[in-house]
Amino acid sequence: MDTLEQGSGKLFTDPSSIAARADFRQKSRAMTEKVTTVSDAVDRLLGDGDYLAIGGFGGDRIPTAVVHEVIRQNKQDLGFAGHTSTHDFQVMCAGNLMGRGQVLARVDNAYVVGLEARGLSRQARRVMESGEVEFTEWSNYTLALRFRAAAMGVPFLPAHSVLGTDTMKHSAARKIVCPFTEEPMVAVPALYPDLAVIHVHESDPFGNCRIEGISVADLDVARSAKRLIITCERVISNDEIRSNPTRTAIPYYCVDAVCEVPLGSYPGNMPYEYYSDEEHIGQWLAVEEDLDEYRRFLDYHIFEVSDHQEYVRRAGGLDRLEELRRLEFMETS
Amino acid sequence: MSDSPTDYNAMELMVTCASRLLENGRTVAVGTGVPCSAAMLAQRLHAPDLTVFFEAGGVAPQLPAMPISVGDSRTFYRGLMATSMCEVMETCQRGLMDYTFLGGAQIDPYGNLNSTMIGDDYANPRVRFPGSGGANDLASLCWRTLVVTNHDPRRFVEQLDFMTTPGYLDGPGAREAAGLMPGTGPYRVITDLAILGYHDQTRRMEVLSLHPGVTLDEVQQQTGFEIGAASELIGTEPPSEQELRVLRDEVDPHGYVIGR
Repeated sequence: MDTLEQGSGKLFTDPSSIAARADFRQKSRAMTEKVTTVSDAVDRLLGDGDYLAIGGFGGDRIPTAVVHEVIRQNKQDLGFAGHTSTHDFQVMCAGNLMGRGQVLARVDNAYVVGLEARGLSRQARRVMESGEVEFTEWSNYTLALRFRAAAMGVPFLPAHSVLGTDTMKHSAARKIVCPFTEEPMVAVPALYPDLAVIHVHESDPFGNCRIEGISVADLDVARSAKRLIITCERVISNDEIRSNPTRTAIPYYCVDAVCEVPLGSYPGNMPYEYYSDEEHIGQWLAVEEDLDEYRRFLDYHIFEVSDHQEYVRRAGGLDRLEELRRLEFMETS
Repeated sequence: MSDSPTDYNAMELMVTCASRLLENGRTVAVGTGVPCSAAMLAQRLHAPDLTVFFEAGGVAPQLPAMPISVGDSRTFYRGLMATSMCEVMETCQRGLMDYTFLGGAQIDPYGNLNSTMIGDDYANPRVRFPGSGGANDLASLCWRTLVVTNHDPRRFVEQLDFMTTPGYLDGPGAREAAGLMPGTGPYRVITDLAILGYHDQTRRMEVLSLHPGVTLDEVQQQTGFEIGAASELIGTEPPSEQELRVLRDEVDPHGYVIGR
Protein backbone atom coordinates (compact mmCIF):
# COMPACT_ATOMS: atom_id res chain seq x y z
CA MET A 1 0.00 0.00 0.00
CA ASP A 2 1.52 3.34 -1.03
CA THR A 3 1.81 6.25 1.37
CA LEU A 4 0.64 9.50 -0.28
CA GLU A 5 1.45 11.74 2.64
CA GLN A 6 2.98 11.33 6.06
CA GLY A 7 2.43 13.30 9.24
CA SER A 8 5.60 14.73 10.76
CA GLY A 9 4.57 13.86 14.32
CA LYS A 10 6.59 11.39 16.33
CA LEU A 11 5.31 7.90 17.01
CA PHE A 12 5.93 7.31 20.72
CA THR A 13 5.01 3.61 20.78
CA ASP A 14 5.61 0.60 18.53
CA PRO A 15 2.50 -0.20 16.43
CA SER A 16 3.71 -3.69 15.53
CA SER A 17 1.13 -6.36 16.27
CA ILE A 18 3.86 -9.00 16.04
CA ALA A 19 5.84 -7.30 18.81
CA ALA A 20 2.65 -6.86 20.88
CA ARG A 21 1.74 -10.54 20.47
CA ALA A 22 5.13 -11.48 21.89
CA ASP A 23 4.34 -9.36 24.97
CA PHE A 24 0.81 -10.73 25.29
CA ARG A 25 2.20 -14.24 24.98
CA GLN A 26 4.02 -13.65 28.28
CA LYS A 27 0.98 -12.15 30.02
CA SER A 28 -0.50 -14.39 32.73
CA ARG A 29 -3.84 -16.01 31.95
CA ALA A 30 -4.15 -17.45 35.46
CA MET A 31 -7.38 -16.48 37.20
CA THR A 32 -5.69 -15.37 40.39
CA GLU A 33 -6.86 -12.81 42.93
CA LYS A 34 -5.37 -9.42 42.07
CA VAL A 35 -6.73 -7.20 44.82
CA THR A 36 -4.09 -4.80 46.08
CA THR A 37 -3.47 -1.21 47.11
CA VAL A 38 -3.09 1.67 44.69
CA SER A 39 0.45 2.37 45.88
CA ASP A 40 1.52 -1.24 45.33
CA ALA A 41 -0.10 -1.40 41.88
CA VAL A 42 1.56 1.81 40.68
CA ASP A 43 4.89 0.84 42.21
CA ARG A 44 4.91 -2.58 40.51
CA LEU A 45 3.21 -1.90 37.18
CA LEU A 46 4.44 1.53 36.07
CA GLY A 47 8.10 2.17 35.32
CA ASP A 48 9.96 5.35 34.42
CA GLY A 49 9.81 5.90 30.66
CA ASP A 50 6.57 3.94 30.26
CA TYR A 51 3.60 5.02 28.15
CA LEU A 52 0.41 5.55 30.18
CA ALA A 53 -3.25 5.62 29.13
CA ILE A 54 -6.05 6.76 31.45
CA GLY A 55 -9.66 5.65 30.98
CA GLY A 56 -12.87 7.64 31.24
CA PHE A 57 -13.44 11.09 29.79
CA GLY A 58 -11.20 13.57 31.58
CA GLY A 59 -13.56 14.37 34.44
CA ASP A 60 -15.95 11.46 34.08
CA ARG A 61 -15.24 7.98 35.48
CA ILE A 62 -11.52 8.67 35.96
CA PRO A 63 -9.11 6.70 38.19
CA THR A 64 -8.15 9.73 40.29
CA ALA A 65 -6.37 7.74 43.01
CA VAL A 66 -3.90 6.25 40.53
CA VAL A 67 -3.20 9.56 38.79
CA HIS A 68 -2.38 11.09 42.19
CA GLU A 69 -0.20 8.11 43.08
CA VAL A 70 1.75 8.40 39.81
CA ILE A 71 2.86 11.93 40.65
CA ARG A 72 3.25 11.10 44.37
CA GLN A 73 5.68 8.29 43.47
CA ASN A 74 7.30 10.80 41.11
CA LYS A 75 7.45 8.49 38.12
CA GLN A 76 9.62 10.09 35.43
CA ASP A 77 9.72 10.52 31.67
CA LEU A 78 6.25 9.14 30.91
CA GLY A 79 4.43 9.03 27.60
CA PHE A 80 0.74 9.83 27.82
CA ALA A 81 -2.40 9.48 25.71
CA GLY A 82 -4.21 12.84 25.89
CA HIS A 83 -7.58 11.52 24.87
CA THR A 84 -10.09 14.07 26.13
CA SER A 85 -7.80 14.32 29.06
CA THR A 86 -9.01 17.18 31.21
CA HIS A 87 -8.72 16.94 34.99
CA ASP A 88 -6.47 13.87 34.74
CA PHE A 89 -4.10 15.79 32.46
CA GLN A 90 -4.19 18.73 34.86
CA VAL A 91 -2.97 16.38 37.63
CA MET A 92 -0.27 14.82 35.43
CA CYS A 93 1.01 18.32 34.54
CA ALA A 94 1.15 19.12 38.26
CA GLY A 95 3.87 16.48 38.44
CA ASN A 96 6.06 18.61 36.17
CA LEU A 97 5.56 21.76 38.24
CA MET A 98 6.81 20.69 41.66
CA GLY A 99 10.50 21.00 40.89
CA ARG A 100 10.97 17.26 41.25
CA GLY A 101 11.86 16.36 37.69
CA GLN A 102 9.65 15.60 34.74
CA VAL A 103 6.68 13.27 35.05
CA LEU A 104 5.27 14.00 31.58
CA ALA A 105 7.70 13.85 28.66
CA ARG A 106 5.68 12.79 25.60
CA VAL A 107 2.00 13.36 24.82
CA ASP A 108 -0.32 12.22 22.06
CA ASN A 109 -2.71 15.20 21.99
CA ALA A 110 -6.31 14.83 21.01
CA TYR A 111 -7.69 17.07 23.74
CA VAL A 112 -5.49 18.41 26.54
CA VAL A 113 -5.07 21.59 28.61
CA GLY A 114 -8.80 22.42 28.62
CA LEU A 115 -11.47 21.35 31.08
CA GLU A 116 -14.29 21.65 28.54
CA ALA A 117 -16.76 24.43 29.45
CA ARG A 118 -14.96 25.09 32.76
CA GLY A 119 -12.03 26.80 31.03
CA LEU A 120 -8.34 26.18 30.44
CA SER A 121 -5.80 24.98 33.00
CA ARG A 122 -3.21 27.73 33.26
CA GLN A 123 -0.52 25.40 34.59
CA ALA A 124 -1.19 22.64 32.04
CA ARG A 125 -0.86 25.29 29.37
CA ARG A 126 2.39 26.40 30.94
CA VAL A 127 3.75 22.85 30.71
CA MET A 128 2.64 22.49 27.09
CA GLU A 129 4.03 25.92 26.12
CA SER A 130 7.38 25.29 27.88
CA GLY A 131 8.92 23.13 25.17
CA GLU A 132 9.79 20.44 27.76
CA VAL A 133 7.13 18.03 26.48
CA GLU A 134 7.20 16.45 23.03
CA PHE A 135 3.81 16.14 21.42
CA THR A 136 2.05 14.69 18.42
CA GLU A 137 -1.38 15.80 17.30
CA TRP A 138 -4.50 13.61 16.90
CA SER A 139 -8.27 13.93 17.05
CA ASN A 140 -10.50 12.14 19.55
CA TYR A 141 -11.68 9.57 17.03
CA THR A 142 -8.29 8.85 15.46
CA LEU A 143 -6.73 8.40 18.91
CA ALA A 144 -9.63 6.14 19.98
CA LEU A 145 -9.15 4.22 16.74
CA ARG A 146 -5.48 3.68 17.59
CA PHE A 147 -6.56 1.85 20.75
CA ARG A 148 -9.11 -0.09 18.72
CA ALA A 149 -6.45 -1.24 16.23
CA ALA A 150 -4.31 -2.44 19.14
CA ALA A 151 -7.31 -4.12 20.76
CA MET A 152 -7.94 -5.90 17.44
CA GLY A 153 -4.31 -6.98 17.23
CA VAL A 154 -3.68 -5.20 13.93
CA PRO A 155 -1.02 -2.51 13.27
CA PHE A 156 -3.30 0.18 11.81
CA LEU A 157 -6.88 1.09 10.91
CA PRO A 158 -8.22 3.37 8.17
CA ALA A 159 -10.66 6.27 8.58
CA HIS A 160 -12.13 9.21 6.67
CA SER A 161 -11.08 11.83 9.21
CA VAL A 162 -8.30 14.46 9.71
CA LEU A 163 -7.38 14.55 6.00
CA GLY A 164 -6.23 17.89 4.58
CA THR A 165 -5.57 19.59 7.93
CA ASP A 166 -2.63 20.62 10.14
CA THR A 167 -3.91 18.10 12.68
CA MET A 168 -3.01 15.41 10.12
CA LYS A 169 0.27 17.16 9.25
CA HIS A 170 1.44 17.12 12.89
CA SER A 171 0.17 13.60 13.59
CA ALA A 172 2.02 10.37 12.92
CA ALA A 173 -0.78 9.21 10.62
CA ARG A 174 -0.34 8.43 6.95
CA LYS A 175 -2.53 9.03 3.94
CA ILE A 176 -3.07 5.87 1.94
CA VAL A 177 -5.22 4.65 -0.93
CA CYS A 178 -7.86 2.02 -0.24
CA PRO A 179 -6.75 -1.14 -2.13
CA PHE A 180 -10.38 -1.90 -3.08
CA THR A 181 -12.01 1.45 -3.93
CA GLU A 182 -8.97 3.67 -4.48
CA GLU A 183 -10.41 6.23 -2.06
CA PRO A 184 -7.78 8.25 -0.20
CA MET A 185 -7.95 7.49 3.52
CA VAL A 186 -5.99 8.11 6.69
CA ALA A 187 -4.22 5.15 8.33
CA VAL A 188 -3.67 5.45 12.06
CA PRO A 189 -1.11 3.26 13.86
CA ALA A 190 -2.08 0.94 16.71
CA LEU A 191 -1.33 2.27 20.19
CA TYR A 192 -0.27 -0.35 22.74
CA PRO A 193 0.22 1.48 26.07
CA ASP A 194 2.60 -0.07 28.61
CA LEU A 195 0.02 0.62 31.30
CA ALA A 196 -3.65 1.57 31.22
CA VAL A 197 -5.71 2.52 34.25
CA ILE A 198 -9.51 2.39 34.22
CA HIS A 199 -12.04 3.17 36.95
CA VAL A 200 -15.14 0.95 36.86
CA HIS A 201 -18.21 0.42 38.98
CA GLU A 202 -17.62 -3.18 40.01
CA SER A 203 -14.91 -5.81 39.67
CA ASP A 204 -14.50 -9.25 41.12
CA PRO A 205 -11.15 -10.09 42.79
CA PHE A 206 -9.85 -11.50 39.49
CA GLY A 207 -10.61 -8.36 37.44
CA ASN A 208 -13.87 -9.21 35.70
CA CYS A 209 -15.41 -5.73 35.45
CA ARG A 210 -18.74 -4.00 35.03
CA ILE A 211 -19.13 -0.45 33.72
CA GLU A 212 -22.41 1.51 33.88
CA GLY A 213 -23.13 4.23 31.33
CA ILE A 214 -20.93 5.20 28.42
CA SER A 215 -17.70 3.28 27.87
CA VAL A 216 -15.94 6.09 25.93
CA ALA A 217 -12.86 4.22 24.55
CA ASP A 218 -12.29 2.02 27.59
CA LEU A 219 -13.24 -1.37 26.15
CA ASP A 220 -10.46 -0.88 23.60
CA VAL A 221 -8.05 0.82 26.02
CA ALA A 222 -8.37 -2.18 28.36
CA ARG A 223 -7.58 -4.65 25.59
CA SER A 224 -4.76 -2.63 24.03
CA ALA A 225 -2.69 -2.24 27.21
CA LYS A 226 0.23 -4.49 28.06
CA ARG A 227 -0.63 -4.03 31.75
CA LEU A 228 -3.92 -2.87 33.25
CA ILE A 229 -4.84 -1.48 36.68
CA ILE A 230 -8.53 -1.45 37.55
CA THR A 231 -9.86 0.76 40.30
CA CYS A 232 -13.47 0.12 41.25
CA GLU A 233 -16.19 1.56 43.45
CA ARG A 234 -16.87 -1.95 44.83
CA VAL A 235 -15.31 -5.40 44.71
CA ILE A 236 -18.06 -7.95 44.05
CA SER A 237 -17.99 -11.75 44.09
CA ASN A 238 -17.15 -13.99 41.17
CA ASP A 239 -20.61 -15.56 41.65
CA GLU A 240 -22.16 -12.17 41.04
CA ILE A 241 -20.20 -11.84 37.77
CA ARG A 242 -21.27 -15.32 36.69
CA SER A 243 -24.92 -14.55 37.46
CA ASN A 244 -24.96 -12.18 34.48
CA PRO A 245 -21.94 -12.48 32.17
CA THR A 246 -23.59 -10.15 29.63
CA ARG A 247 -22.63 -7.30 31.93
CA THR A 248 -18.90 -8.08 31.93
CA ALA A 249 -17.19 -5.24 30.06
CA ILE A 250 -13.56 -6.19 30.75
CA PRO A 251 -12.46 -9.80 31.35
CA TYR A 252 -9.97 -10.85 34.05
CA TYR A 253 -7.25 -11.87 31.56
CA CYS A 254 -6.69 -8.24 30.60
CA VAL A 255 -6.23 -7.17 34.23
CA ASP A 256 -3.10 -7.08 36.41
CA ALA A 257 -4.35 -5.35 39.57
CA VAL A 258 -7.71 -4.60 41.18
CA CYS A 259 -7.91 -1.74 43.69
CA GLU A 260 -11.11 -1.03 45.60
CA VAL A 261 -11.43 2.77 45.70
CA PRO A 262 -14.87 4.03 46.73
CA LEU A 263 -15.54 7.51 45.31
CA GLY A 264 -12.62 6.71 43.03
CA SER A 265 -13.60 9.10 40.25
CA TYR A 266 -13.95 12.07 42.62
CA PRO A 267 -13.83 15.01 41.86
CA GLY A 268 -15.06 13.62 38.55
CA ASN A 269 -18.50 12.29 37.79
CA MET A 270 -19.35 8.59 38.30
CA PRO A 271 -22.54 7.58 36.48
CA TYR A 272 -25.35 6.47 38.79
CA GLU A 273 -23.12 7.14 41.84
CA TYR A 274 -22.17 10.83 42.19
CA TYR A 275 -21.90 13.96 40.07
CA SER A 276 -18.68 15.94 39.58
CA ASP A 277 -17.67 18.30 42.40
CA GLU A 278 -17.59 21.55 40.45
CA GLU A 279 -16.75 23.52 43.57
CA HIS A 280 -13.47 21.64 44.06
CA ILE A 281 -12.60 21.62 40.34
CA GLY A 282 -13.31 25.35 40.25
CA GLN A 283 -11.01 25.85 43.23
CA TRP A 284 -8.30 23.88 41.43
CA LEU A 285 -8.54 26.14 38.36
CA ALA A 286 -8.52 29.24 40.55
CA VAL A 287 -5.37 28.37 42.55
CA GLU A 288 -3.48 27.73 39.32
CA GLU A 289 -3.32 31.50 38.82
CA ASP A 290 -0.47 31.57 41.34
CA LEU A 291 2.25 28.92 41.17
CA ASP A 292 3.23 29.10 44.87
CA GLU A 293 -0.36 28.88 46.00
CA TYR A 294 -0.85 26.02 43.55
CA ARG A 295 2.11 24.10 44.99
CA ARG A 296 0.72 24.50 48.53
CA PHE A 297 -2.65 23.30 47.23
CA LEU A 298 -1.00 20.24 45.66
CA ASP A 299 0.93 19.49 48.85
CA TYR A 300 -2.27 19.63 50.88
CA HIS A 301 -4.41 17.65 48.44
CA ILE A 302 -1.93 15.15 46.97
CA PHE A 303 1.61 15.04 48.30
CA GLU A 304 0.83 15.05 52.03
CA VAL A 305 -2.08 12.66 51.59
CA SER A 306 -1.83 8.93 52.27
CA ASP A 307 -4.78 7.68 50.24
CA HIS A 308 -7.82 8.62 48.20
CA GLN A 309 -10.23 8.68 51.15
CA GLU A 310 -8.09 11.28 52.86
CA TYR A 311 -7.98 13.34 49.67
CA VAL A 312 -11.77 13.26 49.31
CA ARG A 313 -12.09 14.35 52.94
CA ARG A 314 -9.58 17.19 52.54
CA ALA A 315 -11.20 18.39 49.31
CA GLY A 316 -14.59 18.62 51.03
CA GLY A 317 -16.06 15.79 48.99
CA LEU A 318 -17.33 13.84 51.99
CA ASP A 319 -19.26 16.86 53.23
CA ARG A 320 -20.77 17.35 49.80
CA LEU A 321 -21.40 13.69 49.03
CA GLU A 322 -25.15 13.79 49.68
CA GLU A 323 -25.42 16.79 47.39
CA LEU A 324 -23.31 15.13 44.67
CA ARG A 325 -25.53 12.05 44.84
CA ARG A 326 -28.68 14.19 44.60
CA LEU A 327 -27.22 16.00 41.58
CA GLU A 328 -26.39 12.68 39.96
CA PHE A 329 -29.91 11.36 40.36
CA MET A 330 -31.45 14.68 39.33
CA GLU A 331 -33.35 14.95 42.57
CA THR A 332 -34.32 18.41 43.67
CA SER A 333 -33.13 19.08 47.18
CA MET B 1 -38.29 41.05 32.86
CA SER B 2 -40.43 41.87 29.87
CA ASP B 3 -41.34 39.12 27.45
CA SER B 4 -41.58 41.43 24.47
CA PRO B 5 -39.75 40.12 21.41
CA THR B 6 -37.48 43.15 21.34
CA ASP B 7 -36.05 42.30 24.75
CA TYR B 8 -33.47 39.56 24.23
CA ASN B 9 -29.70 39.34 24.38
CA ALA B 10 -27.18 38.29 21.73
CA MET B 11 -26.78 34.79 23.16
CA GLU B 12 -30.53 34.19 23.11
CA LEU B 13 -30.64 35.31 19.49
CA MET B 14 -27.74 33.01 18.54
CA VAL B 15 -29.23 29.97 20.27
CA THR B 16 -32.59 30.66 18.62
CA CYS B 17 -31.05 31.02 15.14
CA ALA B 18 -29.10 27.78 15.65
CA SER B 19 -32.18 25.89 16.80
CA ARG B 20 -34.17 26.94 13.72
CA LEU B 21 -31.61 25.26 11.46
CA LEU B 22 -32.21 21.84 13.05
CA GLU B 23 -34.96 20.06 11.15
CA ASN B 24 -37.28 17.49 12.67
CA GLY B 25 -36.33 13.83 12.17
CA ARG B 26 -32.63 14.61 11.83
CA THR B 27 -29.55 13.74 13.85
CA VAL B 28 -27.12 16.16 15.49
CA ALA B 29 -23.83 15.72 17.34
CA VAL B 30 -23.53 18.43 19.97
CA GLY B 31 -21.23 19.66 22.68
CA THR B 32 -22.16 21.42 25.90
CA GLY B 33 -23.35 25.03 26.04
CA VAL B 34 -24.85 26.74 22.99
CA PRO B 35 -25.14 23.62 20.77
CA CYS B 36 -26.85 21.65 23.48
CA SER B 37 -29.23 24.54 24.21
CA ALA B 38 -30.06 24.94 20.52
CA ALA B 39 -30.87 21.23 20.19
CA MET B 40 -33.00 21.26 23.35
CA LEU B 41 -34.90 24.32 22.13
CA ALA B 42 -35.50 22.74 18.70
CA GLN B 43 -36.80 19.56 20.35
CA ARG B 44 -39.29 21.54 22.42
CA LEU B 45 -40.56 23.57 19.45
CA HIS B 46 -40.40 22.39 15.84
CA ALA B 47 -38.22 19.26 16.03
CA PRO B 48 -39.49 16.81 18.68
CA ASP B 49 -37.89 13.95 16.74
CA LEU B 50 -34.40 15.45 16.54
CA THR B 51 -31.95 12.84 17.87
CA VAL B 52 -29.07 14.22 19.90
CA PHE B 53 -25.66 12.53 20.14
CA PHE B 54 -22.68 13.33 22.37
CA GLU B 55 -19.29 12.20 21.06
CA ALA B 56 -18.30 10.40 24.28
CA GLY B 57 -21.16 7.92 23.76
CA GLY B 58 -24.46 9.43 24.96
CA VAL B 59 -27.33 8.84 22.52
CA ALA B 60 -30.77 10.51 22.65
CA PRO B 61 -30.86 11.63 26.28
CA GLN B 62 -33.96 13.29 27.68
CA LEU B 63 -31.78 16.13 28.88
CA PRO B 64 -33.00 17.15 32.31
CA ALA B 65 -30.40 19.87 32.71
CA MET B 66 -27.39 21.24 30.89
CA PRO B 67 -24.43 18.81 30.98
CA ILE B 68 -21.10 20.26 32.15
CA SER B 69 -19.02 17.68 30.27
CA VAL B 70 -19.64 16.01 26.90
CA GLY B 71 -19.19 12.73 28.78
CA ASP B 72 -21.06 13.34 32.03
CA SER B 73 -24.07 11.25 33.01
CA ARG B 74 -26.58 13.87 31.87
CA THR B 75 -25.53 13.14 28.27
CA PHE B 76 -27.26 9.76 28.52
CA TYR B 77 -29.90 10.53 31.16
CA ARG B 78 -32.94 8.48 30.18
CA GLY B 79 -31.16 8.06 26.83
CA LEU B 80 -31.69 5.36 24.24
CA MET B 81 -28.10 4.14 24.44
CA ALA B 82 -24.96 4.68 26.49
CA THR B 83 -22.22 3.59 24.12
CA SER B 84 -18.67 4.43 23.05
CA MET B 85 -16.91 7.24 21.26
CA CYS B 86 -16.11 4.95 18.30
CA GLU B 87 -19.79 4.01 17.99
CA VAL B 88 -20.85 7.68 17.77
CA MET B 89 -18.00 8.69 15.43
CA GLU B 90 -18.64 5.68 13.22
CA THR B 91 -22.34 6.60 13.04
CA CYS B 92 -21.06 9.89 11.59
CA GLN B 93 -18.60 8.08 9.33
CA ARG B 94 -21.36 5.84 7.91
CA GLY B 95 -23.27 8.97 6.86
CA LEU B 96 -26.02 9.05 9.48
CA MET B 97 -25.17 12.35 11.21
CA ASP B 98 -26.85 15.38 9.66
CA TYR B 99 -25.45 18.22 11.73
CA THR B 100 -22.71 19.08 14.11
CA PHE B 101 -21.87 22.29 15.99
CA LEU B 102 -18.32 23.53 16.41
CA GLY B 103 -16.39 26.57 17.59
CA GLY B 104 -12.78 27.69 17.70
CA ALA B 105 -10.31 30.43 18.49
CA GLN B 106 -10.03 31.30 14.78
CA ILE B 107 -12.13 30.71 11.65
CA ASP B 108 -11.04 31.55 8.10
CA PRO B 109 -13.06 32.45 4.95
CA TYR B 110 -13.45 28.77 4.03
CA GLY B 111 -14.78 27.80 7.44
CA ASN B 112 -11.58 26.06 8.56
CA LEU B 113 -11.14 26.23 12.34
CA ASN B 114 -8.23 26.57 14.75
CA SER B 115 -8.55 25.24 18.30
CA THR B 116 -4.94 24.05 18.69
CA MET B 117 -2.48 26.91 19.10
CA ILE B 118 -1.63 30.55 18.48
CA GLY B 119 1.87 31.34 17.27
CA ASP B 120 4.05 30.53 14.30
CA ASP B 121 5.91 27.50 15.68
CA TYR B 122 3.82 24.42 16.44
CA ALA B 123 6.44 22.99 18.82
CA ASN B 124 6.68 26.24 20.78
CA PRO B 125 3.17 27.71 20.82
CA ARG B 126 2.56 31.23 22.12
CA VAL B 127 -0.78 29.98 23.41
CA ARG B 128 -1.71 26.33 23.55
CA PHE B 129 -5.39 25.39 23.24
CA PRO B 130 -6.92 21.93 23.74
CA GLY B 131 -6.54 20.72 20.13
CA SER B 132 -9.09 18.97 17.96
CA GLY B 133 -10.96 16.94 20.54
CA GLY B 134 -13.71 15.49 18.37
CA ALA B 135 -14.00 18.62 16.20
CA ASN B 136 -11.90 17.46 13.26
CA ASP B 137 -13.72 14.11 13.16
CA LEU B 138 -17.18 15.66 13.34
CA ALA B 139 -16.38 18.27 10.65
CA SER B 140 -14.89 15.53 8.46
CA LEU B 141 -17.72 13.05 8.91
CA CYS B 142 -21.05 14.87 9.49
CA TRP B 143 -23.05 16.22 6.57
CA ARG B 144 -23.40 19.82 7.69
CA THR B 145 -21.14 21.72 10.08
CA LEU B 146 -22.57 24.68 11.97
CA VAL B 147 -20.43 27.16 13.85
CA VAL B 148 -21.71 29.46 16.58
CA THR B 149 -19.28 32.16 17.66
CA ASN B 150 -18.90 35.81 18.55
CA HIS B 151 -18.00 38.05 15.64
CA ASP B 152 -14.71 39.93 15.91
CA PRO B 153 -11.72 40.48 13.61
CA ARG B 154 -9.31 38.50 15.83
CA ARG B 155 -11.49 35.45 15.40
CA PHE B 156 -12.45 35.86 11.72
CA VAL B 157 -9.01 35.80 10.08
CA GLU B 158 -7.73 35.36 6.52
CA GLN B 159 -5.03 32.90 7.63
CA LEU B 160 -5.25 30.50 10.57
CA ASP B 161 -2.21 29.90 12.81
CA PHE B 162 -3.10 26.18 12.70
CA MET B 163 -5.82 24.38 10.77
CA THR B 164 -7.23 22.03 13.38
CA THR B 165 -10.50 21.23 11.68
CA PRO B 166 -11.43 21.18 8.00
CA GLY B 167 -13.86 23.59 6.42
CA TYR B 168 -13.59 23.89 2.64
CA LEU B 169 -9.75 23.85 3.06
CA ASP B 170 -8.47 26.22 0.32
CA GLY B 171 -11.57 26.37 -1.85
CA PRO B 172 -13.83 24.49 -4.27
CA GLY B 173 -13.07 20.77 -4.64
CA ALA B 174 -10.33 20.80 -1.99
CA ARG B 175 -12.16 18.62 0.53
CA GLU B 176 -12.79 15.92 -2.05
CA ALA B 177 -9.20 16.14 -3.34
CA ALA B 178 -7.90 15.66 0.21
CA GLY B 179 -10.04 12.56 0.57
CA LEU B 180 -12.84 13.94 2.73
CA MET B 181 -16.30 12.57 2.04
CA PRO B 182 -18.26 14.19 -0.83
CA GLY B 183 -21.24 16.29 0.16
CA THR B 184 -19.92 17.18 3.62
CA GLY B 185 -18.69 20.57 4.82
CA PRO B 186 -19.40 23.89 6.49
CA TYR B 187 -23.01 25.05 6.27
CA ARG B 188 -23.72 28.07 8.47
CA VAL B 189 -21.92 30.37 10.88
CA ILE B 190 -24.13 32.08 13.43
CA THR B 191 -22.64 35.11 15.15
CA ASP B 192 -23.91 37.93 17.32
CA LEU B 193 -24.15 40.07 14.15
CA ALA B 194 -25.36 37.83 11.33
CA ILE B 195 -25.94 34.43 9.84
CA LEU B 196 -23.24 33.51 7.32
CA GLY B 197 -23.15 30.85 4.63
CA TYR B 198 -20.75 29.84 1.87
CA HIS B 199 -20.82 30.89 -1.79
CA ASP B 200 -21.72 27.95 -4.03
CA GLN B 201 -18.85 28.49 -6.46
CA THR B 202 -16.04 30.09 -4.45
CA ARG B 203 -16.83 28.34 -1.13
CA ARG B 204 -15.95 31.59 0.64
CA MET B 205 -18.00 32.83 3.55
CA GLU B 206 -20.77 35.33 2.76
CA VAL B 207 -23.47 37.11 4.74
CA LEU B 208 -26.93 35.54 4.36
CA SER B 209 -28.89 37.37 7.01
CA LEU B 210 -28.26 40.45 9.15
CA HIS B 211 -29.48 40.50 12.73
CA PRO B 212 -31.88 43.34 13.66
CA GLY B 213 -30.14 46.70 13.67
CA VAL B 214 -26.88 45.41 12.15
CA THR B 215 -25.49 46.75 8.86
CA LEU B 216 -23.31 45.00 6.30
CA ASP B 217 -20.57 47.59 7.01
CA GLU B 218 -20.51 46.60 10.67
CA VAL B 219 -20.14 42.94 9.77
CA GLN B 220 -17.26 43.78 7.40
CA GLN B 221 -15.56 45.88 10.13
CA GLN B 222 -15.71 42.95 12.53
CA THR B 223 -14.41 40.44 9.96
CA GLY B 224 -10.66 40.11 9.35
CA PHE B 225 -11.12 39.22 5.68
CA GLU B 226 -13.21 40.51 2.81
CA ILE B 227 -16.71 39.16 3.15
CA GLY B 228 -19.41 39.37 0.52
CA ALA B 229 -23.16 39.24 0.84
CA ALA B 230 -25.65 36.86 -0.74
CA SER B 231 -27.62 38.35 -3.63
CA GLU B 232 -30.81 38.07 -1.58
CA LEU B 233 -29.63 39.42 1.74
CA ILE B 234 -32.38 39.18 4.35
CA GLY B 235 -32.97 40.26 7.93
CA THR B 236 -32.89 37.76 10.80
CA GLU B 237 -36.29 37.15 12.35
CA PRO B 238 -35.93 38.06 16.05
CA PRO B 239 -36.74 35.37 18.63
CA SER B 240 -40.47 34.98 19.13
CA GLU B 241 -42.13 35.20 22.53
CA GLN B 242 -42.57 31.43 22.45
CA GLU B 243 -38.92 30.78 21.60
CA LEU B 244 -37.76 33.04 24.41
CA ARG B 245 -40.18 31.58 26.92
CA VAL B 246 -39.13 27.98 26.24
CA LEU B 247 -35.45 28.91 26.13
CA ARG B 248 -35.59 30.81 29.45
CA ASP B 249 -38.04 28.64 31.37
CA GLU B 250 -37.29 25.12 30.14
CA VAL B 251 -33.95 24.90 28.32
CA ASP B 252 -31.71 27.10 30.44
CA PRO B 253 -33.62 28.19 33.56
CA HIS B 254 -30.38 28.85 35.48
CA GLY B 255 -29.03 31.04 32.69
CA TYR B 256 -25.77 29.11 32.30
CA VAL B 257 -25.69 29.71 28.55
CA ILE B 258 -27.97 32.68 27.94
CA GLY B 259 -26.60 34.53 30.95
CA ARG B 260 -29.91 35.59 32.46
